[in-house]
Amino acid sequence: MAGVLVFAEVKDGKLKRASREALSIGRKLAAAAGGDLAAFATDRAAAADAGLYGAKKVYVAAVGPYATETYAAAVQQAISQMQPSIFLLGGTSNGRDLAPRIAARLNVGVASDVDRLEWIDGKLRARRPVYSGKAFATVDVGGNPAIATTRPNAFPPEESGDGAAEVVDITVPQIQAKAKLLETRTPEAGELTIAEADIIVSGGRGLKEAANFSLIRDLAHAIGGAVGASRATVDAGWIDHQHQVGQTGRVVSPNLYIAAGVSGAIQHLAGMSSSKHIVAINKDPEAPIFRVADLGVVGDLFQIVPALTEEVKNAKAH
Amino acid sequence: MNSVVCIAQVPDTEARIKIAAGGRRIDEAGLKFIVSPYDEFALEEAIRVKEAKGGDVTVISFGPDRAQQALRECLARGATQALHIKGEVADADSLGIAKVLAAAIKSTPHDLVFFGKQGVGTDNSLVGPMVAELLGYPQVNVVTHLEVGDGKATAHREIEGAEEIIEAALPAVITAQKGLNEPRYASLKGIMAAKKITIETKSVADLGLQDSDIFNQRVTTVAIELPPEKKGGRKIDGADPAAAAKEILKYIREEAKVL
Repeated sequence: MAGVLVFAEVKDGKLKRASREALSIGRKLAAAAGGDLAAFATDRAAAADAGLYGAKKVYVAAVGPYATETYAAAVQQAISQMQPSIFLLGGTSNGRDLAPRIAARLNVGVASDVDRLEWIDGKLRARRPVYSGKAFATVDVGGNPAIATTRPNAFPPEESGDGAAEVVDITVPQIQAKAKLLETRTPEAGELTIAEADIIVSGGRGLKEAANFSLIRDLAHAIGGAVGASRATVDAGWIDHQHQVGQTGRVVSPNLYIAAGVSGAIQHLAGMSSSKHIVAINKDPEAPIFRVADLGVVGDLFQIVPALTEEVKNAKAH
Repeated sequence: MNSVVCIAQVPDTEARIKIAAGGRRIDEAGLKFIVSPYDEFALEEAIRVKEAKGGDVTVISFGPDRAQQALRECLARGATQALHIKGEVADADSLGIAKVLAAAIKSTPHDLVFFGKQGVGTDNSLVGPMVAELLGYPQVNVVTHLEVGDGKATAHREIEGAEEIIEAALPAVITAQKGLNEPRYASLKGIMAAKKITIETKSVADLGLQDSDIFNQRVTTVAIELPPEKKGGRKIDGADPAAAAKEILKYIREEAKVL
């Protein structure tokens, strides 16, 4: 048992950011735990990219688009060939779908959504936010391999300066999958999702009505960020649930979080207060959101947000 | 068409979390517990399946005595049977919980097994897919729409910026996302009817499982800590929107290093 295996996911011919993040922390863990960094991929395009992040080998199984049962069988094959001591997955929809399936199959430990990973005394130690970031749990993950899914934006992707990885083709036993993908629909094409975004612009009840989310969208679009929303606006039907930040939405930690008209209910704060830079715009100087904001602006979002959108556009034009 | 719904009882989402002495658990004193919010969508969907096609809705919860309240609430909303597996769920890892639930599900008639997409609080999103693996069932996670047909179900799975439409043979595990439906409240009639239903109780040993495979295995908690209290930063007056916008831009560029 040695080394670290990382699930390398590809989107549009490129390694997903979440996978690059997992590879980057995986390389550090491999240095501490002994053994090499390797990747599992279903696409040869990922093989070269994984090499850039320090993977020496890439196990490639040509099994097509993501399907739980097929991928579980393929990963199981890669694990049995490599015998890694750690298996990491980026915390994407697919990573989170697959990790528990593998852990149950191999009767090993798994920690979800971790924001710190260390190799201590021959064990994988992980830190993860619980109660939507109201607390942090540190856990020891046992088993061969110990499994973790990494929280988006928690581990900066770092290229290692290495070259191409060795490609190892693996053959996967035929399985009779009980679920099949019929179709993939992309309803809001081109819109960034809050889970992986570096910048999020969120709107709250202060927007007064659904149509005013256009102010938030305009700013998000100008700055290159994703659109977030408070629970109140989602419950009111102003915006789709996948934009919801907070305890019953997504817990996010982007580099920049701009909240406009969000008062800052405890469950919203839990979902975003670990963002690196927080700007809040609210007309109520006592709004709880100001307790977590690095820059708080007491004023009218209907005037300030469009003015900021213009400033951002100007700044980008120069 | 029979459904099982696995219920986690969790601290109220509005609650402030305190750490218990010893630093490895949260302090439950004075804490209000609720049915995990995503499990409400799971339960509602199972009730709708029952209303459309008949059958039973069995709610199962693994937890200490207080889990009975959560089960009682689910019965009041329309579940027809309840099973309480007694045990200190906080000492079990996700796979331990999954093993307990899988064993309990095996002895309960079912075509569909529902979970919330995650237990709010522990936020693992692990138990549902683990149960699917242990039972050899297909899984569809983070489901926003479900149609149940003959021997199969078609589910919409939310992924980053898109949705997948997946057909799964029954029995299958479905984990519910917000938006799957609008959960009902318990009616007075439901509350009265629920009182007449006996909640079946079992221990981990009754399910033929060893405590040593469930508790303090694989994943062990070293510490739970509260994050450092964040102090609010600078607050400025936005009476002049243009000046405020310039100030924000300056912050964004110089501190967040964006643009």
